[in-house]
Amino acid sequence: MPLDDRYQLAFKLYPYERSTDQDASAPVRHPVVVVGGGPIGVATALDLGLQGIPVVLLDDHEGVGQGSRAICFAKRTLEITHRYGCGQPMLDKGVIWNLGKVFHDDRQVFEFNLLPEQGHRYPAFINLQQPYFERFLVDRVRTAQAQGAPIELRGKNRVDAVDVLDDHVILDISTPDGPYRIEADWLIGCDGASSPLRKMMGLDFEGRVFEDNFLIADITMKADFPTERWFWFEPHFKSGDSALLHKQPDGVWRIDFQLGWDIDRTEELKEENVRRRLDAMLGPDVEYELVWTSIYRFQCRRMKTFRQGRVIFAGDAAHQVSPFGARGANSGIQDVDNLGWKLGLVLNGTASESLLDSYDVERRYGADENILNSSRSTDFITPKSKISHVFRNAVLDLAEHHPFARPLVNSGRLSVPCVYDGLPLNTPDALPNGPARTRPGAPCPDAPLEQGFLLDHLGGDFVLLGVGVDVPDTISAHGLVLRGLTVPASGDIRDRYLGEAPGAVYLIRPDQHVAARWPAFDATSVPKAVARAIGKD
Amino acid sequence: MALNTAPNIPDPDGFYAELLNAHDGLSDDDSIALNARLLLILANHIGDRAVLTEALAAASKGDT
Ligand SMILES: Cc1cc2nc3c(=O)[nH]c(=O)nc-3n(C[C@H](O)[C@H](O)[C@H](O)COP(=O)(O)OP(=O)(O)OC[C@H]3O[C@@H](n4cnc5c(N)ncnc54)[C@H](O)[C@@H]3O)c2cc1C
Repeated sequence: MPLDDRYQLAFKLYPYERSTDQDASAPVRHPVVVVGGGPIGVATALDLGLQGIPVVLLDDHEGVGQGSRAICFAKRTLEITHRYGCGQPMLDKGVIWNLGKVFHDDRQVFEFNLLPEQGHRYPAFINLQQPYFERFLVDRVRTAQAQGAPIELRGKNRVDAVDVLDDHVILDISTPDGPYRIEADWLIGCDGASSPLRKMMGLDFEGRVFEDNFLIADITMKADFPTERWFWFEPHFKSGDSALLHKQPDGVWRIDFQLGWDIDRTEELKEENVRRRLDAMLGPDVEYELVWTSIYRFQCRRMKTFRQGRVIFAGDAAHQVSPFGARGANSGIQDVDNLGWKLGLVLNGTASESLLDSYDVERRYGADENILNSSRSTDFITPKSKISHVFRNAVLDLAEHHPFARPLVNSGRLSVPCVYDGLPLNTPDALPNGPARTRPGAPCPDAPLEQGFLLDHLGGDFVLLGVGVDVPDTISAHGLVLRGLTVPASGDIRDRYLGEAPGAVYLIRPDQHVAARWPAFDATSVPKAVARAIGKD
Repeated sequence: MALNTAPNIPDPDGFYAELLNAHDGLSDDDSIALNARLLLILANHIGDRAVLTEALAAASKGDT
């Protein structure tokens, strides 16, 4: 197969360069190889590289694809990228929105305000074109490299075959200079929803295909629509069975039309037909330019397991969701956050390989939650039977006058990170009357601390957080050195971490999830919880 | 609270007539829509998830 681009590039960020591996007499072995330079692959390389782990990323293109796809990036994603050092440029470029309006036919059914909780560094959501999101990640790789992070991005390196052995993987790679071969102790598959790696290994990817097509159009226009999310069910302008209007940076608007099942793709993608739908929606006087159009059929599916020995899958390669609720890239970034520290501890010998099975368990749990949520949204937006259509419209009719029906309206639930409830790395909750939102398994909510924020002080390593309780500065346990952090029990930290409790001690994982919590510091409980959190128990 | 399946509606004949009256003159589609709205309103009034689950199960069993 020739090495032609499958899509146009928005930004050429890692042009092909010949690697010395291509001239080596025997295949060179690398500790970690990542396949795929989408957002998830690049974030993986960044996470590992910032830990000082040498990582080689292979992508079959030389940069970021033109198609915008994801536009909504959630608070948790921004918190994670903040830890990597690139959350701020995303926030600076992104559009913040709080108000959403829901329409049925020609009536506004209701509007909602996200009413973001105060005391967080990042908003609930920003809208940002995916190519920018990816570029900020790659920019951060470049500064990290300059500071010595051992990351290599190899563009125009397509993985064509793999041989998966017990303790390493052999990869056959095509380049403009011909093929070569490398070996990897660990291979991370981030090669997207149609993952060639998954196919090479003959692995399953099962779930539901939603029998509907969505036309996605990004347009620029000089219209004074407000920075809000507008969603129409059965819009009066008849451009689709549902429609969405959402603002992005650079004066770009995302518009989605639900086209139905039986469509002629080529016909629908013709500019005149796209424009006909847009004109009906926007009215005759609005001038606009098409930036990008595409038609998607949405699916919800995942692999049976995300780990196959030395091969680990992350992002769309492991799980795919319909985009209602923006859980694709957002959940993939949580995969990275979960995998990074675990692989780090396995590679430096602190934890055994079995810790990586907890990646599979925790992120499959997350994927199932995301699939559940986005399937429910899709079922509401695209009713599959007459009676589901009747109920959907009954909800919309009632929602106009009765507040009780509004929570039933589901045009996409906001992506929130999952709580690893009841999973093996957690130590059972030992804080009486502690807030539910910070129970073991939960991601730590942010809160103001001194001149900055609490999350600035968490993550990257294990932290023992004392809230109104003194904890030692360092504690050694099972080959790890925990960082102790004592903070005053006041303000948002008190509300979010103590509730009714007078004080608390939290063991916090490198991905900022709570591993254990107690009312007081106890020198024997902490190492036990650490052992559990690194799979030594 | 468990699902109350004992007689609980005062004036059962009057209620039944009111229910049918509400559907008077409606097309089948409009009747189905009305039933759906009614069900949602009542379900919200009950508000107890366990009772709703029991009610769904009882209704699904039908007359068997
Ligand atoms: C219309 C639409 C709207 C969406 N909206 C949102 C949203 O608002 N929020 C959100 O979070 N998510 C959203 N998503 C989902 C989001 O786009 C994906 O979840 C995200 O792109 C997944 O990233 P990834 O890195 O796993 O895979 P990809 O972005 O698909 O990247 C895979 C990479 O692997 C490369 N590759 C493939 N095969 C090979 C090979 N053999 N060798 C080397 N490289 C290879 C590809 O070229 C590509 O660069 C949306 C998706 C769609 C379609």
